[in-house]
Amino acid sequence: MIRNSFLILLLAGLGWILFQEFDSFKGSDQLNPVAEYYATQGPQEVGAANLVTSVVVTYRGLDTLGEVTILFLTAAIVGLLFKRESNSETEDIYGTSEILLTAGKILVPMLILVGVYIFINGHLTPGGGFQGGAVLASAFVLAALTFSGTTVKHRVLEIVESFSGISFVLLGILGVVLAGGFLDNKIFSLGTFGHLFSAGAIPIIYSLVGLKVGSELSNIVLVMKSSEKGGDHD
Amino acid sequence: MIYLILLLVFGLIMIIMAFTAIHHKNLQVAVIASGIISLLASVVYVFLAAPDVAITEASIGSALTVVIFFYVLNKIRRSNDQE
Amino acid sequence: MINFNSLNIETVSMGIGVILFVLGVWGIVSQKNIIKIIISFTIVDTSIHLILVSIGYIRGKSAPIIDAAINKENAANEVVDPLPQALVLTAIVIGLGITALMLSYALRMYKENKSLDINKFKALKW
Repeated sequence: MIRNSFLILLLAGLGWILFQEFDSFKGSDQLNPVAEYYATQGPQEVGAANLVTSVVVTYRGLDTLGEVTILFLTAAIVGLLFKRESNSETEDIYGTSEILLTAGKILVPMLILVGVYIFINGHLTPGGGFQGGAVLASAFVLAALTFSGTTVKHRVLEIVESFSGISFVLLGILGVVLAGGFLDNKIFSLGTFGHLFSAGAIPIIYSLVGLKVGSELSNIVLVMKSSEKGGDHD
Repeated sequence: MIYLILLLVFGLIMIIMAFTAIHHKNLQVAVIASGIISLLASVVYVFLAAPDVAITEASIGSALTVVIFFYVLNKIRRSNDQE
Repeated sequence: MINFNSLNIETVSMGIGVILFVLGVWGIVSQKNIIKIIISFTIVDTSIHLILVSIGYIRGKSAPIIDAAINKENAANEVVDPLPQALVLTAIVIGLGITALMLSYALRMYKENKSLDINKFKALKW
């Protein structure tokens, strides 16, 4: 009883603090100076039509590198905790339903195509490496649910992940040598604004981030699936 | 105005789903409810002019998170059956 | 007091975020099942993302993508703040990693203790 009243008191205090914040929040009619700089100078300096992409890849590129490192660490720890059990490749006794099998055959290639499209066009349209990587990972998860006999080789995922991570860092260092600083995108020419091959190194960097995020997320999910015995049923 | 009404309806559904996720006895229902919260949140991001965030939330919050929860629940039940 | 005229999109979505935050914290501190605690963590995650994105919203402006509909010279008066969106973008992806990490620890705890109830986890109690 005392414990419950203490909890209610805690929540009431937290709610009161948050309500003060919420009550004083009025919304705004114009951008703050930092965002105004990104909006006015971003297209000239970086050359990407999607301002979120220019912030993620160039202005705050070091944050993205750190974020990708954190994701790599969590994938490694999850893989360590889920040790592969020896008899993991038993037959799926229940099989896949007809609807899932037919839909999977059509949807898996299209989802992979959509994911690649999203991260290649990340500097022009909504999307980018993180979104495209997530769509790629969900395509692999759908494939693993549908064709339960076939598994994606973990070795391939590891190679793709290491290759894209190393290339990401090498492109950043190349920016120090050839242009203004670490992860500067002006190592290639900026090109015409709004075309596919524009904005310097941004399409390459974001494609590498997409491959890395996609392989890491599918690694996390497939490790969780593969150490279970047999297929899933309800 | 229509966005505001839709937003209020979505907010009501999200709060009900949060109650369900926290207090329902069945864990699978709770996981599905938290997935619905993420799905509606991705629609709210479109209203707030953030399409990048909406794509990420729709594919991660409502697909991959639910899938890993179900894999773990499946494993827990499986090691329960072995007892 | 809140009247209906002062309601607009950003305040309403921020209010949803605040309510979801309080509900999620209530779930974290009151539930005994560790899977329920992790679900509450994901709810808190979503609510924080909603609050951040609604702080960056500017009334009546469009998404931060410069195309034919938005004049490149006048972009500062026509787009919303791109910075919170970039932060939330990476935070969502990290959130999945953190959830996977918590779930794998929960599974290890279950295999050690044969229970999901946190009162049965004696390893760190004294």
